[in-house]
Order: sequence, then structure tokens, then C-alpha cells
Amino acid sequence: MHIIDVNSQILKENSRIAEENRKLFDEKGLYVVNIMSAPGAGKTSVLEATIKKIKDDYKISVIEGDLQTSIDADRIGALNISSYQIVTGTVCHLDARMIHNALHEFQQDGNDILFIENVGNLVCPADFELGEKLKVMVFSIVEGAEKPKKYPVMFHAVDVVLLNKIDLAPYSDIDIELLKKNVLEINPTATIFPVSCSTGEGIEEWVNWFKKKVNEDKNRNK
Amino acid sequence: MHEVGIAQSILEIVEKEAAKNNATVVKKVKLIVGEFTGIVKEALEFALEIVKKNTIAENAEFEIEIVKLKTHCKHCNREFTNNKQAGFLCPECNGILSIVAGKELNIEYIDVD
Repeated sequence: MHIIDVNSQILKENSRIAEENRKLFDEKGLYVVNIMSAPGAGKTSVLEATIKKIKDDYKISVIEGDLQTSIDADRIGALNISSYQIVTGTVCHLDARMIHNALHEFQQDGNDILFIENVGNLVCPADFELGEKLKVMVFSIVEGAEKPKKYPVMFHAVDVVLLNKIDLAPYSDIDIELLKKNVLEINPTATIFPVSCSTGEGIEEWVNWFKKKVNEDKNRNK
Repeated sequence: MHEVGIAQSILEIVEKEAAKNNATVVKKVKLIVGEFTGIVKEALEFALEIVKKNTIAENAEFEIEIVKLKTHCKHCNREFTNNKQAGFLCPECNGILSIVAGKELNIEYIDVD
């Protein structure tokens, strides 16, 4: 018998493919956004609201990840935006290989922004890099102010937290300031926007911030 | 709950390493898992029990070592262990803490015949 030193990262294959994706995205000048949340927090609604504001300025496409159905891809398609549905079956997250395979069919030449809507899940997607530039989390305020402490890995991994359904604040006992404080304790550098896809509140501020990010990245790559 | 996928990745690496070293049986696999990942130890153990069937590691023991979250403050150069609940602001100087340990998902070694 003998011991073999392996010292290998279990997810090194995912990291390798994510790095390949990243290179491909850079070559194409594509700004890629990974959107994550619990089921029902409003990822698709945020996407719709965001796309409506920026679709005249950028060429956009969307990859949708879901366990079942193409309902979300159809919603995006209704905005005249090209969309691609990855049906994961029972897999609770998107990984780099799924994105890589999708890109064989889902051409990105000439596009500016690719949104990837991850499977609704507050745990698993945080462990899998896809090659994205920006990680956005959509959190509906009615999920509760303590969630950043209960799901710290996801809250810590993202760049932006959109506090969605802010219009429901008067009907719930959620303390928004406490929620923000809890987010910043887990992720002190997170950028936070309270938004409502129903009333449009806060969408302008988020979209302006996002456009600035995309343009900065475009200028860097010129 | 993506422990099954993780378990499959582990077995792929173990089988590759075993083949490379002309091993006939894998007796032990040592894993290092950080507590600041989405992995639950019990769920991973259960997944490994299922995934290892009919592989070279069918009877292998899988030891999982959990690594506590350790953070470092660049501002005051202090280190903190297990402050998962307390967050990522330095309790001493309010600086931003970066993770130095607790994100591991590694295979350390395998013991083979």
C-alpha cells in the first residue's frame, strides 16, 4: 500500500472551463452577468425591467437555467431578445461546462451583454464560477432580514444585491435598514439597490450603475 | 444540494490518479472541505456512499476534514477564526476581512494498493 499525494481541487475542471469561457467572452468583448437568487425572488422580472431600459443601447442575449420548462426563456423572447434555455433536470445550479456547451449553439458574435439567469437556489450556484464579469443577487425583501447571515456564502460571493419587491415593505414587518446592515456585514463591498419591478422604483438607479460598469469594461478592452 | 455532483468529481479524480499509479484498490481518500462553501459534510458522505459503488474506491474510507473559516484584516493585520456569524468587518478596526481559509474543496491524498 502507498499514499499518493493528490492535492487537487475537486472543482478544478469547472474552474478550467470557466477560465476558457472568460477568455472567449473577452475576445468577443462580451460583458457577462450571472444572476442568482432563491426561487421566486424575481430574477426574470429584474431582467425584463433591466432589458427594457437598455435594449436600444446594447445588443443583449440571455441564457436561462431552470430545472424544468422554458417559461422564462419565453418571457425574455417576448421582448425580442434572443434567449437560450438550459434545462438542468435535477441539477440545482449552472456550471461552466453547461455554459460552454450552450455557446456552441448560441452564437454571441456582435453581442454586448450576456445575462445568465441561474437556477433559483441560494446555496449551490455560489460554488460554481461560470466565467462571468459580474455576479448579481436578487433578494426579495419579504424573504427576511436575517437571510444574509443564514446564507453567507452566496451573499459574500456577489458584487451587487438588488433588494427586490421593495413596494411590499409597508405590508411586511421587514426592517430594510437592518437587512442592508446584515448584507454589508457579510459583504462589506457589495453594492445595494432597493428596487421594485412592479412600481419601477429604484430600477433607474440600478440600470445607470450597471451601464456605467458595462461601459467601463468596454473602454478597458478597447 | 449539489453534493452528488461534487462526489462524482471526486470519484473521477480518484479513478484517474489510481490508474496513473497502477493501483488495484483504493483504501482511503482524504478530503479537505472548507466550512465557507455550499457543501454539507453529511450530505457529501451520503453522496459518496452511492457514487463509489462499482468503482475502484468501492470499499474506500472517505475522511473529510472540515477547515474553519479564517479571515485576515489587511488594515490592522489581525487574523480571526470562525467568525462566520460575525461577518466580514474587522471587530477591532472595522476594516474589510478577506478569506484566508475555509473555501477549500480539495482531495489531499489517496491510499492505494
